[in-house]
Amino acid sequence: MQVSREIGARDGVQAVVVAMATPLNLELAANMGLAPDGDTSPEQLLIAIRADDEDALTGAVAAVDTALAARERSTGGTATAIPQRTVGAGLDELPSDGPALAIVSVPGSYAVAEAADAIAAGRSVLVFSDGVPVEAEVALKQAAHDAGVLVMGPDCGTAIVSGVALGFANVVRPGPVGLVAASGTGAQQVSCLLDMAGVGVSHVLGVGGRDLKEEVGGLATLDALAALDADPATERVLLVSKPPAPSVAAAVEEAAAKLAVPVRSAVLSADSPDLTAGVEGLLRDMGLDVPVWPSRPGPAEAPAPGAVLKGLYAGGTLADEAMLIAGPALGDIRSNIPLRPELDLGADFTARGHVVIDFGDDALTVGRAHPMIDPTLRLEAIAAVASSDEPAVLLLDVVLGYGADADPAAALVPALSSARDAAEHPLPVVIALIGTEGDPQGWSRQADALAAAGAAVFSSNSAATRYALDLLGAGK
Amino acid sequence: MTLGGILSGPPAIVAAGVSVFSDALRAQGAEVHDVDWRPPGFGSAEDLAAVALDPRRAAANRTAVERLMAAGSVLVDVRPARDVIGLADRTILHAGPPIEWADASGPLRGGLIGACLFEGWADTVEEAERMLAAGEITLDPCHHHRTVGPMAGVTSPSMWMWCLEDPVHGGQAYCNLNEGLGKVLRMGAFNEEVQTRLRWMRDVLGPVLQQAVRSMSDPLDVKSVLAQMLQMGDEAHNRNRAGSLMSLRELSPAIVAVEGWAASDIAAVLKFIGGNEHFFLNLGMPTAKLALDACRGIPGSTMLTVMSRNGTEFGIQTAGTGDRWFTGPANTPVGLFLGDYGPDDANPDIGDSAIMETYGIGGFAMAAAPAIVRFVGGTVPDALATTERMYQLTLAENPAMAIPIMGFRGSPTGIDVLKVARTGWLPQINTGMAGRVAGTGQVGAGLVQPPQQCFEQALKALAHEARAAA
Repeated sequence: MQVSREIGARDGVQAVVVAMATPLNLELAANMGLAPDGDTSPEQLLIAIRADDEDALTGAVAAVDTALAARERSTGGTATAIPQRTVGAGLDELPSDGPALAIVSVPGSYAVAEAADAIAAGRSVLVFSDGVPVEAEVALKQAAHDAGVLVMGPDCGTAIVSGVALGFANVVRPGPVGLVAASGTGAQQVSCLLDMAGVGVSHVLGVGGRDLKEEVGGLATLDALAALDADPATERVLLVSKPPAPSVAAAVEEAAAKLAVPVRSAVLSADSPDLTAGVEGLLRDMGLDVPVWPSRPGPAEAPAPGAVLKGLYAGGTLADEAMLIAGPALGDIRSNIPLRPELDLGADFTARGHVVIDFGDDALTVGRAHPMIDPTLRLEAIAAVASSDEPAVLLLDVVLGYGADADPAAALVPALSSARDAAEHPLPVVIALIGTEGDPQGWSRQADALAAAGAAVFSSNSAATRYALDLLGAGK
Repeated sequence: MTLGGILSGPPAIVAAGVSVFSDALRAQGAEVHDVDWRPPGFGSAEDLAAVALDPRRAAANRTAVERLMAAGSVLVDVRPARDVIGLADRTILHAGPPIEWADASGPLRGGLIGACLFEGWADTVEEAERMLAAGEITLDPCHHHRTVGPMAGVTSPSMWMWCLEDPVHGGQAYCNLNEGLGKVLRMGAFNEEVQTRLRWMRDVLGPVLQQAVRSMSDPLDVKSVLAQMLQMGDEAHNRNRAGSLMSLRELSPAIVAVEGWAASDIAAVLKFIGGNEHFFLNLGMPTAKLALDACRGIPGSTMLTVMSRNGTEFGIQTAGTGDRWFTGPANTPVGLFLGDYGPDDANPDIGDSAIMETYGIGGFAMAAAPAIVRFVGGTVPDALATTERMYQLTLAENPAMAIPIMGFRGSPTGIDVLKVARTGWLPQINTGMAGRVAGTGQVGAGLVQPPQQCFEQALKALAHEARAAA
């Protein structure tokens, strides 16, 4: 039938039958007025053609011979590879015995089904996507609990699992401390300090920023704690989070107390505003000395009288920490992620007074990459501070590691230099540089470049914040 | 709580979404498999999430697949439709979802006219048309009577049916006897040649087969024939050669031994079966129907239990939504044509035979039947790729239906509405093509897909059920 179709398409050919001479085909040919004369048998090939003229007929017969002799052009009988369209299809291809997990960064509204695939396959999943409804988060985490796996996220950007850094994570030496983190940049700060202290981490299990809220109730945190409790490589656990719901914090504390592994909290609150202090407490628990955290303070540079704090952050938890530390000394700090609703900055990022902005907030990352990848908005804000007549101290974070800008200093140094040149008043710059020497960007290389541009550089965000307060004359 | 072993060694990673994560993982030397994720082909994010998160779904689909695979099929009897399913006078079964005469396409009308003539309800075509148009004949889908029928699926009270039984779940399923190729009732032909054959099937073939089947001490295990024919180049929808010959081999000793018939009648029966390469299709279809009927009414299951067409509309049913039809306009197959028929002569998709794909063979087992790809206008790599793709639409692999060229991998089985939505790929069906004009008969064969609308409605209904159950 393929040959019939091919020959029938030739110019000058009116009708064609190329088919085995079965009774059915003979009948069809007869209906076309192409019944053969004489006897036929079903194993014979019937070739019948009606054409406009002799030339067309001869050409068509020759074409039939060619077509019958032709071989199918094939790739040796192998199928073209079919792409896997879902996490479920991808996991199906893996051997079932080895460790595996899924990472989902598709648009949040579609992330649910992909994450559910992983759970159904008995695999843990990191959901980077945001915009997943909280009811879906709860359902996924309950299903994961029942399946004995973990949902890291949604909106989880950081994890280190058996030495594999997922998302925004640093190159941290292996060690005995497991982290459970409802905060990405908080986990990065803590794991980097543990690396600098020579301790290292066993695993960093992210749980998503909402896990310790009332609606989710710490479902993933509790499962992550239980998993680390059972993990022979984990001797101590540090819990890192933005301020949690009090009821959830109590439930987690109660669960943690029942575990064999000691659990220490570095959960941010007005009473415990300092992640670095959490790490230092852990080091003391372990009987270790607290090191001098690396820094490049440079010459303390006084701002003009009446200067205010302008904190421009990429990491939400680091911005929270800065406000919690600076608030008591400075008074009200306005923000797009305010500590109290009445301090909401709204859309006016050039407002006067003490201001801390989180450029990684969901509202500012719609349709653009995270500021750890795309610094544009923050560079514009730095220029705006410089062009204002309001004297200020600039407080920034720079986060290194996988997933981050390959050389953040390259964009930041010229921006800071021109800002400091253009500013009406002296513009001291203080930077919390979150990273390790092992990171692709190298902590010292970045620190040196930023210090050369006149910035004071700290490996601890709380140290950076306190240094900025000192410059403002508000330090203790 | 071991989290799937990820704390005991570096995990392999399957990534769906932006590439920066995979790039960073590769930079660390991790084992990364990227999924070629696309936004779903249809369905709102809310509905997709509601179905994906339905806590009943995993267990319900497991149950459905287990029942589908466990179901058996043995041939227990051959009887007229009037006796088997109590088909009343002036009632005709047809393929696909419910339809009225006014909406029926050419081949279905041809089949219905032919049945009225065959039953003697009308003496002329015009009279049959008048009766059908006046609603004097009741039309009902085969699927509503544990029955399936290829192409028009037209089954009237005097037509004989295969009676199959599922020894595992105790179900029954029925199908009329296959007439052969060319001008046949199921393709919409109804002339005297068709009538003569139908009368002979009623008066000789049916009774002989009944005596033969009833005399067999070991009833024919139809599922076993189905499994074997996939090893012999059949996909059991558009190619049934090996299955037909095996059935002939199994039945012929009993046929030869029946008493009270002239040798010429027995010879005619054997010749008819041996000369009809689709003889087995009408045994394969009720076998699939038995397995899928065993999966009806499993709340939370997203698996299809029916794909079927009446020549105008395509209809599907799911295990989680009972007997509800979800329908859309039937597509016209694409393929190759007999004689000088062309695309304009082809009727839209028709027949209950897509039950074979619903069961995981037919188009889903294209890789098993490289001999057929030229008949439907494809290449051998196309056939392999089709089966490969269908694995991503299905819930399981049926080890009983192994495909040799795929390393004896089980055929892709249990079509999942959620997977169809997420991949945006529709099930692939192999099919015959009936002539658009009543009375024409078969014009070709080819490939066709269901309209997406069916699956859109099914997904909505499943999401609604999931919310109601929550």
